[in-house]
Amino acid sequence: MKNMMEVKDLTFTYSGASEPSLKAISLPVEKNKVTALIGPSGCGKSTLLRGMNRIHDLYPGHRYEGAINLLNADEKAYTNILDIKKEAELIRLRQRVGMIFQKPTPFPMTIFENIAYGLRLSGVKKRTELQEVVEQSLRDAALWEEAKDRLSHDARGLSGGQQQRLCIARAIALKPEVILFDEPTSALDPISTLAIEEMISVLREQYSICIVTHNMQQAARISDYTGFMYLGEMIEFDQTDTIFMKPSQKQTEDYISGRFG
Amino acid sequence: MRLIMNRVFIVFSTFAALVGLIFLGWILFTLFSKGLQGLSFDVFTKDLIEGGLRNVIVGQIMMSGIATLIGIPVGILAGIYLQEYGANSRSTEFLRDLSDVMMSAPSIVVGTFVYAIIVVPTGHTSGWAGVLALFILMVPIIVRTTDDMLNLVPIELREAGIAIGASKYHVTMNIVVRYAKAGILTGILLAFARVVGETAPLIYTSGSSEFWSTDLTGTFPSLTVSIYNLATMPDDQMVQLGWTGAFLLTTMVLIINLLGRYASNKKRSK
Repeated sequence: MKNMMEVKDLTFTYSGASEPSLKAISLPVEKNKVTALIGPSGCGKSTLLRGMNRIHDLYPGHRYEGAINLLNADEKAYTNILDIKKEAELIRLRQRVGMIFQKPTPFPMTIFENIAYGLRLSGVKKRTELQEVVEQSLRDAALWEEAKDRLSHDARGLSGGQQQRLCIARAIALKPEVILFDEPTSALDPISTLAIEEMISVLREQYSICIVTHNMQQAARISDYTGFMYLGEMIEFDQTDTIFMKPSQKQTEDYISGRFG
Repeated sequence: MRLIMNRVFIVFSTFAALVGLIFLGWILFTLFSKGLQGLSFDVFTKDLIEGGLRNVIVGQIMMSGIATLIGIPVGILAGIYLQEYGANSRSTEFLRDLSDVMMSAPSIVVGTFVYAIIVVPTGHTSGWAGVLALFILMVPIIVRTTDDMLNLVPIELREAGIAIGASKYHVTMNIVVRYAKAGILTGILLAFARVVGETAPLIYTSGSSEFWSTDLTGTFPSLTVSIYNLATMPDDQMVQLGWTGAFLLTTMVLIINLLGRYASNKKRSK
Protein backbone atom coordinates (compact mmCIF):
# COMPACT_ATOMS: atom_id res chain seq x y z
CA MET A 1 0.00 0.00 0.00
CA LYS A 2 2.19 2.82 -1.16
CA ASN A 3 -0.60 5.33 -1.63
CA MET A 4 -1.80 7.26 1.39
CA MET A 5 -4.78 8.67 -0.46
CA GLU A 6 -6.43 7.85 -3.74
CA VAL A 7 -8.90 10.06 -5.52
CA LYS A 8 -10.96 7.92 -7.90
CA ASP A 9 -13.23 9.31 -10.61
CA LEU A 10 -14.20 12.27 -8.49
CA THR A 11 -16.84 14.54 -9.94
CA PHE A 12 -17.65 17.56 -7.83
CA THR A 13 -20.42 20.10 -8.37
CA TYR A 14 -20.71 23.31 -6.37
CA SER A 15 -24.05 24.15 -4.83
CA GLY A 16 -26.28 25.77 -7.44
CA ALA A 17 -23.86 25.18 -10.34
CA SER A 18 -25.15 23.38 -13.43
CA GLU A 19 -21.75 22.09 -14.55
CA PRO A 20 -19.37 20.07 -12.37
CA SER A 21 -16.11 21.82 -11.41
CA LEU A 22 -14.20 18.54 -11.29
CA LYS A 23 -14.80 15.91 -13.96
CA ALA A 24 -13.87 12.31 -13.16
CA ILE A 25 -10.59 13.22 -11.49
CA SER A 26 -8.17 10.53 -10.33
CA LEU A 27 -5.10 11.27 -8.26
CA PRO A 28 -2.85 9.13 -6.08
CA VAL A 29 -1.07 10.70 -3.09
CA GLU A 30 1.89 8.48 -2.41
CA LYS A 31 3.08 7.93 1.13
CA ASN A 32 5.96 10.16 2.24
CA LYS A 33 6.09 11.93 -1.10
CA VAL A 34 5.15 15.40 -2.24
CA THR A 35 2.43 15.54 -4.88
CA ALA A 36 1.93 18.90 -6.60
CA LEU A 37 -1.10 20.14 -8.48
CA ILE A 38 -0.56 22.81 -11.12
CA GLY A 39 -2.77 24.48 -13.67
CA PRO A 40 -4.19 27.88 -14.58
CA SER A 41 -6.60 29.73 -12.28
CA GLY A 42 -10.03 28.16 -12.18
CA CYS A 43 -8.82 24.72 -13.30
CA GLY A 44 -10.15 23.11 -10.13
CA LYS A 45 -6.92 22.31 -8.29
CA SER A 46 -7.96 24.04 -5.06
CA THR A 47 -11.44 22.57 -5.37
CA LEU A 48 -9.89 19.10 -5.54
CA LEU A 49 -7.64 19.76 -2.56
CA ARG A 50 -10.54 21.10 -0.50
CA GLY A 51 -12.44 17.89 -1.22
CA MET A 52 -9.67 15.79 0.29
CA ASN A 53 -10.48 16.87 3.85
CA ARG A 54 -14.09 17.69 2.98
CA ILE A 55 -13.78 21.30 3.99
CA HIS A 56 -16.35 21.96 1.25
CA ASP A 57 -18.90 20.53 3.66
CA LEU A 58 -18.76 23.77 5.64
CA TYR A 59 -21.17 25.08 3.02
CA PRO A 60 -24.25 23.02 2.27
CA GLY A 61 -25.43 21.77 -1.08
CA HIS A 62 -22.23 20.66 -2.85
CA ARG A 63 -22.28 17.26 -4.59
CA TYR A 64 -19.53 14.63 -4.69
CA GLU A 65 -19.54 11.56 -6.92
CA GLY A 66 -16.79 8.96 -7.06
CA ALA A 67 -14.45 8.13 -4.20
CA ILE A 68 -11.64 9.60 -2.13
CA ASN A 69 -9.90 6.75 -0.35
CA LEU A 70 -7.77 7.24 2.74
CA LEU A 71 -5.50 4.47 4.01
CA ASN A 72 -6.67 3.10 7.36
CA ALA A 73 -4.40 3.27 10.36
CA ASP A 74 -3.65 -0.48 10.09
CA GLU A 75 -2.46 0.15 6.49
CA LYS A 76 -4.44 -2.82 5.22
CA ALA A 77 -7.46 -1.22 3.61
CA TYR A 78 -8.89 2.08 2.49
CA THR A 79 -11.91 4.01 3.69
CA ASN A 80 -13.86 6.20 1.30
CA ILE A 81 -14.03 9.55 3.10
CA LEU A 82 -17.04 10.55 1.01
CA ASP A 83 -19.06 7.99 2.98
CA ILE A 84 -18.52 9.91 6.23
CA LYS A 85 -21.78 11.37 7.51
CA LYS A 86 -21.34 12.11 11.20
CA GLU A 87 -19.69 15.34 12.33
CA ALA A 88 -17.53 13.48 14.86
CA GLU A 89 -16.02 11.39 12.07
CA LEU A 90 -15.47 14.45 9.89
CA ILE A 91 -13.58 16.01 12.78
CA ARG A 92 -11.47 12.86 13.06
CA LEU A 93 -10.84 13.02 9.30
CA ARG A 94 -9.59 16.60 9.53
CA GLN A 95 -7.26 15.65 12.34
CA ARG A 96 -5.79 12.98 10.03
CA VAL A 97 -5.73 15.22 6.95
CA GLY A 98 -4.42 18.66 7.89
CA MET A 99 -4.60 21.76 5.75
CA ILE A 100 -2.57 24.95 5.26
CA PHE A 101 -4.25 27.86 3.51
CA GLN A 102 -3.09 30.55 1.12
CA LYS A 103 -3.34 33.37 3.64
CA PRO A 104 -1.85 32.73 7.07
CA THR A 105 -4.72 32.21 9.51
CA PRO A 106 -3.46 32.68 13.08
CA PHE A 107 -6.30 32.34 15.58
CA PRO A 108 -6.89 35.33 17.87
CA MET A 109 -4.96 33.72 20.72
CA THR A 110 -1.40 33.44 21.97
CA ILE A 111 1.20 31.55 19.98
CA PHE A 112 1.07 28.72 22.51
CA GLU A 113 -2.71 28.52 22.46
CA ASN A 114 -2.80 28.53 18.66
CA ILE A 115 -1.00 25.20 18.65
CA ALA A 116 -2.51 23.81 21.84
CA TYR A 117 -6.05 24.57 20.67
CA GLY A 118 -6.34 21.65 18.24
CA LEU A 119 -4.71 19.35 20.80
CA ARG A 120 -7.15 20.36 23.50
CA LEU A 121 -10.05 19.73 21.13
CA SER A 122 -8.70 16.27 20.44
CA GLY A 123 -8.69 15.55 24.16
CA VAL A 124 -5.16 16.34 25.38
CA LYS A 125 -5.47 17.92 28.80
CA LYS A 126 -2.15 17.54 30.56
CA ARG A 127 -0.14 20.74 30.67
CA THR A 128 3.22 18.99 30.35
CA GLU A 129 2.10 17.01 27.32
CA LEU A 130 0.75 20.18 25.70
CA GLN A 131 4.02 21.99 26.32
CA GLU A 132 6.03 19.12 24.85
CA VAL A 133 3.97 18.90 21.68
CA VAL A 134 3.89 22.68 21.23
CA GLU A 135 7.67 22.85 21.46
CA GLN A 136 8.22 19.90 19.13
CA SER A 137 5.75 21.27 16.56
CA LEU A 138 7.39 24.69 16.62
CA ARG A 139 10.79 23.07 16.19
CA ASP A 140 9.54 20.99 13.25
CA ALA A 141 8.09 24.13 11.70
CA ALA A 142 11.43 25.96 12.20
CA LEU A 143 9.78 28.60 14.36
CA TRP A 144 10.96 27.60 17.84
CA GLU A 145 14.01 29.84 17.97
CA GLU A 146 12.01 32.91 16.94
CA ALA A 147 8.96 32.18 19.06
CA LYS A 148 10.20 30.53 22.24
CA ASP A 149 10.46 33.79 24.17
CA ARG A 150 7.03 35.03 23.23
CA LEU A 151 4.79 32.00 23.42
CA SER A 152 2.33 34.00 25.51
CA HIS A 153 2.10 36.85 22.98
CA ASP A 154 -0.74 37.27 20.52
CA ALA A 155 0.04 35.23 17.40
CA ARG A 156 -1.12 38.07 15.18
CA GLY A 157 2.02 39.97 16.13
CA LEU A 158 4.16 37.57 14.08
CA SER A 159 5.24 38.40 10.53
CA GLY A 160 3.40 36.84 7.59
CA GLY A 161 6.03 34.16 7.04
CA GLN A 162 6.16 33.35 10.74
CA GLN A 163 2.37 33.16 10.87
CA GLN A 164 2.37 30.66 8.03
CA ARG A 165 4.96 28.53 9.82
CA LEU A 166 2.80 28.77 12.93
CA CYS A 167 -0.11 27.41 10.91
CA ILE A 168 2.08 24.52 9.78
CA ALA A 169 3.12 23.88 13.39
CA ARG A 170 -0.54 23.93 14.36
CA ALA A 171 -1.33 21.34 11.71
CA ILE A 172 1.54 18.98 12.51
CA ALA A 173 0.87 19.17 16.26
CA LEU A 174 -2.13 16.92 15.57
CA LYS A 175 0.16 14.30 13.97
CA PRO A 176 -1.80 14.11 10.74
CA GLU A 177 -1.05 11.51 8.08
CA VAL A 178 -1.58 13.84 5.15
CA ILE A 179 -0.99 17.60 4.92
CA LEU A 180 -2.72 19.58 2.20
CA PHE A 181 -1.12 22.87 1.19
CA ASP A 182 -3.29 25.31 -0.73
CA GLU A 183 -0.88 27.79 -2.34
CA PRO A 184 0.92 28.23 0.98
CA THR A 185 3.50 30.74 -0.26
CA SER A 186 1.56 32.95 -2.64
CA ALA A 187 1.12 35.62 0.04
CA LEU A 188 4.75 35.49 1.20
CA ASP A 189 8.02 37.13 0.22
CA PRO A 190 10.81 35.06 -1.46
CA ILE A 191 12.74 34.45 1.78
CA SER A 192 9.70 33.18 3.67
CA THR A 193 8.79 31.14 0.60
CA LEU A 194 12.18 29.49 0.64
CA ALA A 195 11.83 28.68 4.35
CA ILE A 196 8.46 27.03 3.76
CA GLU A 197 9.76 25.06 0.78
CA GLU A 198 12.71 23.76 2.78
CA MET A 199 10.34 22.77 5.54
CA ILE A 200 8.11 20.85 3.13
CA SER A 201 11.04 18.79 1.92
CA VAL A 202 11.81 17.88 5.56
CA LEU A 203 8.18 17.22 6.46
CA ARG A 204 8.00 14.70 3.62
CA GLU A 205 9.93 12.22 5.75
CA GLN A 206 7.02 11.97 8.17
CA TYR A 207 3.96 13.01 6.24
CA SER A 208 2.35 12.57 2.87
CA ILE A 209 1.95 15.93 1.23
CA CYS A 210 -0.27 17.32 -1.48
CA ILE A 211 0.36 20.92 -2.57
CA VAL A 212 -1.48 23.24 -4.91
CA THR A 213 0.76 25.90 -6.41
CA HIS A 214 0.61 28.65 -8.99
CA ASN A 215 4.34 28.63 -9.19
CA MET A 216 5.64 26.00 -11.60
CA GLN A 217 9.24 26.36 -10.44
CA GLN A 218 8.03 25.61 -6.94
CA ALA A 219 6.35 22.40 -8.12
CA ALA A 220 9.52 21.43 -9.96
CA ARG A 221 11.67 22.18 -6.91
CA ILE A 222 9.80 20.40 -4.18
CA SER A 223 7.52 17.72 -5.58
CA ASP A 224 7.99 14.08 -6.51
CA TYR A 225 4.81 13.84 -8.56
CA THR A 226 2.92 16.51 -10.44
CA GLY A 227 -0.60 16.61 -11.79
CA PHE A 228 -1.55 19.15 -14.43
CA MET A 229 -5.18 20.18 -14.35
CA TYR A 230 -7.16 22.19 -16.86
CA LEU A 231 -10.86 23.08 -16.88
CA GLY A 232 -11.74 20.58 -14.18
CA GLU A 233 -9.90 17.67 -15.75
CA MET A 234 -6.66 15.94 -14.86
CA ILE A 235 -4.77 16.31 -18.13
CA GLU A 236 -1.62 14.54 -17.07
CA PHE A 237 -0.17 12.99 -13.93
CA ASP A 238 3.36 11.66 -13.68
CA GLN A 239 6.68 11.97 -11.92
CA THR A 240 7.64 15.62 -11.66
CA ASP A 241 10.73 15.19 -13.83
CA THR A 242 8.69 13.61 -16.59
CA ILE A 243 6.03 16.31 -16.46
CA PHE A 244 8.58 19.07 -16.80
CA MET A 245 11.02 17.39 -19.16
CA LYS A 246 8.98 15.10 -21.38
CA PRO A 247 5.27 15.76 -20.96
CA SER A 248 3.15 13.46 -23.04
CA GLN A 249 0.29 15.89 -23.55
CA LYS A 250 0.48 18.93 -25.78
CA GLN A 251 -1.54 21.04 -23.28
CA THR A 252 0.88 20.23 -20.48
CA GLU A 253 3.82 21.23 -22.60
CA ASP A 254 2.15 24.48 -23.62
CA TYR A 255 1.37 25.33 -20.00
CA ILE A 256 4.79 24.61 -18.51
CA SER A 257 6.53 26.45 -21.32
CA GLY A 258 4.34 29.46 -20.58
CA ARG A 259 2.36 29.52 -23.78
CA PHE A 260 -0.96 29.84 -21.97
CA GLY A 261 -2.44 30.11 -18.51
CA MET B 1 -17.10 79.40 -13.33
CA ARG B 2 -16.04 76.03 -12.02
CA LEU B 3 -13.63 77.68 -9.61
CA ILE B 4 -16.38 79.93 -8.29
CA MET B 5 -18.69 76.97 -7.77
CA ASN B 6 -15.89 75.23 -5.94
CA ARG B 7 -15.37 78.18 -3.56
CA VAL B 8 -19.10 78.65 -3.01
CA PHE B 9 -19.40 74.98 -2.18
CA ILE B 10 -16.52 75.12 0.31
CA VAL B 11 -17.99 78.20 1.97
CA PHE B 12 -21.42 76.60 2.29
CA SER B 13 -20.17 73.30 3.67
CA THR B 14 -17.86 75.05 6.13
CA PHE B 15 -20.75 77.22 7.25
CA ALA B 16 -22.98 74.18 7.71
CA ALA B 17 -20.32 72.41 9.74
CA LEU B 18 -19.88 75.52 11.90
CA VAL B 19 -23.62 75.76 12.59
CA GLY B 20 -23.60 72.17 13.81
CA LEU B 21 -20.53 72.72 15.95
CA ILE B 22 -21.82 75.99 17.39
CA PHE B 23 -24.95 74.31 18.69
CA LEU B 24 -22.99 71.41 20.12
CA GLY B 25 -20.60 73.81 21.84
CA TRP B 26 -23.47 75.96 23.03
CA ILE B 27 -25.28 72.96 24.56
CA LEU B 28 -22.15 71.74 26.29
CA PHE B 29 -21.25 75.24 27.51
CA THR B 30 -24.73 75.87 28.94
CA LEU B 31 -24.79 72.45 30.55
CA PHE B 32 -21.39 72.86 32.11
CA SER B 33 -21.91 76.40 33.39
CA LYS B 34 -25.41 75.76 34.78
CA GLY B 35 -24.71 72.21 35.88
CA LEU B 36 -21.45 72.90 37.65
CA GLN B 37 -23.03 75.67 39.76
CA GLY B 38 -25.18 73.15 41.56
CA LEU B 39 -22.56 70.44 41.81
CA SER B 40 -21.74 69.58 45.38
CA PHE B 41 -21.05 66.59 47.51
CA ASP B 42 -24.68 66.54 48.61
CA VAL B 43 -25.81 65.71 45.09
CA PHE B 44 -24.23 62.28 45.43
CA THR B 45 -25.04 61.57 49.07
CA LYS B 46 -28.63 62.76 49.38
CA ASP B 47 -31.75 61.44 47.74
CA LEU B 48 -34.07 63.55 45.65
CA ILE B 49 -36.41 64.19 48.56
CA GLU B 50 -33.53 65.83 50.46
CA GLY B 51 -32.33 67.82 47.46
CA GLY B 52 -29.73 65.38 46.08
CA LEU B 53 -29.66 63.00 43.15
CA ARG B 54 -28.24 59.84 44.71
CA ASN B 55 -31.32 57.65 44.38
CA VAL B 56 -32.12 58.66 40.81
CA ILE B 57 -28.55 58.17 39.58
CA VAL B 58 -28.38 54.73 41.15
CA GLY B 59 -31.85 53.92 39.81
CA GLN B 60 -30.97 54.96 36.28
CA ILE B 61 -27.76 52.95 36.28
CA MET B 62 -29.48 49.92 37.82
CA MET B 63 -32.22 49.84 35.22
CA SER B 64 -29.83 50.40 32.30
CA GLY B 65 -27.35 47.93 33.78
CA ILE B 66 -29.87 45.15 34.25
CA ALA B 67 -31.30 45.77 30.78
CA THR B 68 -27.74 45.49 29.43
CA LEU B 69 -26.98 42.32 31.38
CA ILE B 70 -30.05 40.63 29.92
CA GLY B 71 -29.57 42.27 26.53
CA ILE B 72 -25.94 41.15 26.04
CA PRO B 73 -26.54 37.38 25.83
CA VAL B 74 -29.76 37.76 23.87
CA GLY B 75 -28.27 40.27 21.43
CA ILE B 76 -24.98 38.46 20.93
CA LEU B 77 -26.60 35.06 20.47
CA ALA B 78 -29.06 36.52 17.97
CA GLY B 79 -26.18 38.20 16.10
CA ILE B 80 -24.28 34.91 16.04
CA TYR B 81 -27.35 33.16 14.67
CA LEU B 82 -27.77 35.72 11.89
CA GLN B 83 -24.14 35.60 10.80
CA GLU B 84 -23.04 32.03 11.50
CA TYR B 85 -26.05 29.77 11.38
CA GLY B 86 -28.83 31.37 9.37
CA ALA B 87 -26.63 32.25 6.41
CA ASN B 88 -28.47 33.41 3.30
CA SER B 89 -31.84 32.11 4.28
CA ARG B 90 -34.89 34.26 3.78
CA SER B 91 -35.82 34.29 7.43
CA THR B 92 -32.35 35.64 8.26
CA GLU B 93 -32.78 38.56 5.91
CA PHE B 94 -36.19 39.20 7.42
CA LEU B 95 -34.81 39.16 10.97
CA ARG B 96 -31.98 41.47 9.93
CA ASP B 97 -34.41 43.96 8.39
CA LEU B 98 -36.63 43.67 11.43
CA SER B 99 -33.82 44.54 13.83
CA ASP B 100 -32.94 47.52 11.62
CA VAL B 101 -36.52 48.72 11.89
CA MET B 102 -36.47 48.14 15.65
CA MET B 103 -33.28 50.17 15.93
CA SER B 104 -35.02 53.25 14.59
CA ALA B 105 -38.29 52.65 16.42
CA PRO B 106 -39.24 55.81 18.35
CA SER B 107 -38.52 55.18 22.01
CA ILE B 108 -41.84 56.64 23.11
CA VAL B 109 -43.57 53.89 21.14
CA VAL B 110 -41.61 51.26 23.03
CA GLY B 111 -42.52 53.01 26.29
CA THR B 112 -46.20 53.01 25.37
CA PHE B 113 -46.03 49.34 24.41
CA VAL B 114 -44.53 48.33 27.76
CA TYR B 115 -47.06 50.55 29.51
CA ALA B 116 -49.82 48.60 27.78
CA ILE B 117 -48.47 45.13 28.48
CA ILE B 118 -47.05 45.58 32.01
CA VAL B 119 -48.07 48.78 33.71
CA VAL B 120 -51.77 48.57 32.86
CA PRO B 121 -52.23 44.91 33.90
CA THR B 122 -50.22 45.29 37.11
CA GLY B 123 -51.79 48.63 37.88
CA HIS B 124 -48.62 50.52 38.74
CA THR B 125 -45.30 51.65 37.33
CA SER B 126 -42.27 49.51 38.19
CA GLY B 127 -38.54 49.20 37.73
CA TRP B 128 -38.95 45.97 35.79
CA ALA B 129 -41.22 47.70 33.29
CA GLY B 130 -38.48 50.28 32.80
CA VAL B 131 -35.88 47.54 32.40
CA LEU B 132 -38.02 45.81 29.78
CA ALA B 133 -38.45 49.01 27.77
CA LEU B 134 -34.70 49.69 27.80
CA PHE B 135 -34.01 46.04 26.95
CA ILE B 136 -36.29 46.24 23.90
CA LEU B 137 -34.46 49.37 22.77
CA MET B 138 -30.96 48.02 23.13
CA VAL B 139 -31.19 44.44 21.85
CA PRO B 140 -31.46 45.44 18.16
CA ILE B 141 -28.34 47.59 18.54
CA ILE B 142 -26.34 44.71 20.00
CA VAL B 143 -27.71 42.30 17.39
CA ARG B 144 -26.68 44.53 14.52
CA THR B 145 -23.20 45.35 15.82
CA THR B 146 -22.53 41.67 16.60
CA ASP B 147 -23.80 40.72 13.15
CA ASP B 148 -21.64 43.37 11.46
CA MET B 149 -18.54 42.60 13.48
CA LEU B 150 -18.78 38.85 12.84
CA ASN B 151 -19.22 39.63 9.17
CA LEU B 152 -15.74 41.22 9.20
CA VAL B 153 -14.10 38.00 10.42
CA PRO B 154 -12.25 36.48 7.45
CA ILE B 155 -13.88 33.32 6.12
CA GLU B 156 -10.44 31.69 6.00
CA LEU B 157 -10.29 31.79 9.78
CA ARG B 158 -13.45 29.72 10.03
CA GLU B 159 -12.10 27.23 7.49
CA ALA B 160 -8.79 27.01 9.33
CA GLY B 161 -10.66 26.19 12.53
CA ILE B 162 -12.68 23.48 10.82
CA ALA B 163 -9.48 22.18 9.20
CA ILE B 164 -7.84 21.43 12.55
CA GLY B 165 -10.85 19.47 13.67
CA ALA B 166 -12.90 22.04 15.53
CA SER B 167 -16.67 21.77 15.40
CA LYS B 168 -18.77 24.65 14.16
CA TYR B 169 -19.65 25.51 17.75
CA HIS B 170 -15.99 25.66 18.79
CA VAL B 171 -15.01 27.70 15.75
CA THR B 172 -17.78 30.18 16.48
CA MET B 173 -17.18 30.59 20.19
CA ASN B 174 -13.39 30.25 20.41
CA ILE B 175 -12.22 31.80 17.17
CA VAL B 176 -14.84 33.92 15.43
CA VAL B 177 -16.33 35.66 18.47
CA ARG B 178 -12.91 36.13 20.02
CA TYR B 179 -11.66 37.75 16.83
CA ALA B 180 -14.58 40.18 16.87
CA LYS B 181 -14.48 40.76 20.64
CA ALA B 182 -13.40 44.41 20.62
CA GLY B 183 -16.03 45.36 18.07
CA ILE B 184 -18.78 43.59 19.97
CA LEU B 185 -17.70 45.28 23.19
CA THR B 186 -17.91 48.65 21.46
CA GLY B 187 -21.42 47.81 20.34
CA ILE B 188 -22.42 46.95 23.89
CA LEU B 189 -20.98 50.19 25.26
CA LEU B 190 -22.74 52.25 22.60
CA ALA B 191 -26.00 50.42 23.26
CA PHE B 192 -25.60 51.14 26.98
CA ALA B 193 -24.83 54.80 26.27
CA ARG B 194 -27.93 54.99 24.11
CA VAL B 195 -30.33 53.62 26.72
CA VAL B 196 -28.81 55.22 29.79
CA GLY B 197 -29.90 58.63 28.51
CA GLU B 198 -33.42 57.60 27.49
CA THR B 199 -36.41 59.40 29.02
CA ALA B 200 -39.37 58.53 26.83
CA PRO B 201 -39.43 54.78 27.47
CA LEU B 202 -39.24 55.36 31.23
CA ILE B 203 -41.86 58.09 31.75
CA TYR B 204 -44.80 55.68 31.84
CA THR B 205 -42.97 52.54 32.77
CA SER B 206 -40.70 53.05 35.75
CA GLY B 207 -41.95 56.54 36.53
CA SER B 208 -39.63 58.18 39.00
CA SER B 209 -39.44 58.36 42.74
CA GLU B 210 -38.01 60.82 45.22
CA PHE B 211 -37.01 58.08 47.63
CA TRP B 212 -34.22 55.54 47.76
CA SER B 213 -35.31 52.22 46.29
CA THR B 214 -33.72 49.08 44.97
CA ASP B 215 -37.01 47.24 44.67
CA LEU B 216 -37.62 46.85 40.96
CA THR B 217 -41.21 45.69 41.49
CA GLY B 218 -42.29 49.18 42.51
CA THR B 219 -42.06 52.66 41.03
CA PHE B 220 -38.37 53.26 40.49
CA PRO B 221 -36.18 56.38 40.67
CA SER B 222 -34.94 57.54 37.27
CA LEU B 223 -32.50 60.34 36.55
CA THR B 224 -33.85 61.24 33.13
CA VAL B 225 -37.48 61.33 34.21
CA SER B 226 -36.48 63.35 37.27
CA ILE B 227 -34.65 65.88 35.09
CA TYR B 228 -37.81 66.24 33.07
CA ASN B 229 -39.89 66.73 36.21
CA LEU B 230 -37.42 69.09 37.92
CA ALA B 231 -37.10 71.30 34.86
CA THR B 232 -40.81 72.13 34.95
CA MET B 233 -40.92 72.96 38.65
CA PRO B 234 -41.49 76.53 39.84
CA ASP B 235 -38.78 76.33 42.50
CA ASP B 236 -35.38 77.66 41.30
CA GLN B 237 -33.48 75.25 43.48
CA MET B 238 -35.28 72.33 41.87
CA VAL B 239 -34.55 73.65 38.39
CA GLN B 240 -30.89 73.98 39.39
CA LEU B 241 -30.88 70.32 40.49
CA GLY B 242 -32.30 69.43 37.08
CA TRP B 243 -29.39 71.20 35.38
CA THR B 244 -26.92 69.34 37.57
CA GLY B 245 -28.60 66.06 36.67
CA ALA B 246 -28.44 66.89 32.98
CA PHE B 247 -24.77 67.76 33.33
CA LEU B 248 -23.99 64.47 35.10
CA LEU B 249 -25.95 62.47 32.55
CA THR B 250 -24.15 64.11 29.63
CA THR B 251 -20.77 63.52 31.23
CA MET B 252 -21.63 59.86 31.79
CA VAL B 253 -22.76 59.33 28.19
CA LEU B 254 -19.70 61.17 26.88
CA ILE B 255 -17.36 58.98 28.91
CA ILE B 256 -19.03 55.77 27.77
CA ASN B 257 -18.87 56.92 24.14
CA LEU B 258 -15.20 57.73 24.50
CA LEU B 259 -14.59 54.32 26.05
CA GLY B 260 -16.34 52.77 23.07
CA ARG B 261 -14.13 54.75 20.71
CA TYR B 262 -11.05 53.72 22.63
CA ALA B 263 -12.01 50.05 22.47
CA SER B 264 -12.57 50.14 18.73
CA ASN B 265 -9.39 52.12 18.08
CA LYS B 266 -7.37 49.64 20.07
CA LYS B 267 -8.76 46.91 17.88
CA ARG B 268 -7.87 48.68 14.66
CA SER B 269 -4.29 49.33 15.69
CA LYS B 270 -3.64 45.61 16.14
